[in-house]
Amino acid sequence: MKLKSINHFFAFVLAMFIGNSAMAQSAQGPEMADLMRSNGKIYIVVAVCLTILIGLFLYAWTIDRKISRLEKEK
Amino acid sequence: MTFNYFCLLGAVYHNFAPLLKSRLAAVNKSWWKILSFLLLVYTIVAGFLWEVPRLDILNETIRNLYFHVCMWFGMMILYGISFAYSIRYLRGFNYKYDIYATHFASLGSLFGVLGYITGAIWVSVTWVTQSGQSLGTVLKEPKLIGAAIALLIYGAYFVLRGSFTDMDKKARVSAVYNIFAFVMLFPSIWIIPRLVGSLHPGSPGSDSGNPALDQNDLDAGMRMVFYPAVIGWTLLGIWLATLRIRLQLIRDKSITHEA
Repeated sequence: MKLKSINHFFAFVLAMFIGNSAMAQSAQGPEMADLMRSNGKIYIVVAVCLTILIGLFLYAWTIDRKISRLEKEK
Repeated sequence: MTFNYFCLLGAVYHNFAPLLKSRLAAVNKSWWKILSFLLLVYTIVAGFLWEVPRLDILNETIRNLYFHVCMWFGMMILYGISFAYSIRYLRGFNYKYDIYATHFASLGSLFGVLGYITGAIWVSVTWVTQSGQSLGTVLKEPKLIGAAIALLIYGAYFVLRGSFTDMDKKARVSAVYNIFAFVMLFPSIWIIPRLVGSLHPGSPGSDSGNPALDQNDLDAGMRMVFYPAVIGWTLLGIWLATLRIRLQLIRDKSITHEA
């Protein structure tokens, strides 16, 4: 199973280098967001989600620190 | 170019090293919060970019596994923690554990509601529109009904808590009720949907086995993202629960010290 997933990872890296145009051309098979990936636009979605995640965690972190300060006051 | 970049990094580190060291003590205690953050970053990056199995009807929505399903897993774990603290409360009647149990249950419910909402969005593009299911069959889906029952039982837990004026009675009765509520999760979301026909994976009729935990059921690559995602989301839930717990402990300091 482990070997399989490593293979999987290498296949992914390879696919990234070659570019996904080959995959987009094969029209048969279920439709996936290949176009989005070949345009590079999916990375924008990742960036947006990461920004939101970072923002939420920073917010939670400041609340955490405020509570820590309250705990120290006693 | 790269060398300059590293020089800059070195300078930044040199200037901020004392600050960094003072922060290290704080980081030491909250490593799991950072772990949660890193796991969720991994979840989003790998979850959106890694290859997933190409399946009809599901298409790219198969990636919802890293988000929708994780909400339910997180809910179960948070309810489990709440259940453990309710038992702990009943063993020694320490008011502190009652506070723990309440807030873990409330965060579990938040995850459950989020799981329900995200499920509703997912349903509308897979079950209802493309696989020829009418809304009527979807509404008969046993896992939907079971999850709704489970969430309503926990809803009643908070109603019950709110209806007491006596604090000891409130803590005692709601702890007993919380144990009942957790036990009710077993038939409503784990057993019954697997006994009768269900649109979810793992029901008789669909040969997909036990969802998420069966070796043959989940693609190995997806497993590499799914389990870290479950841990990441759950740790986030635990963190938010502890924030609420710590606030209430400060607020109820006079009571918790007497106990």
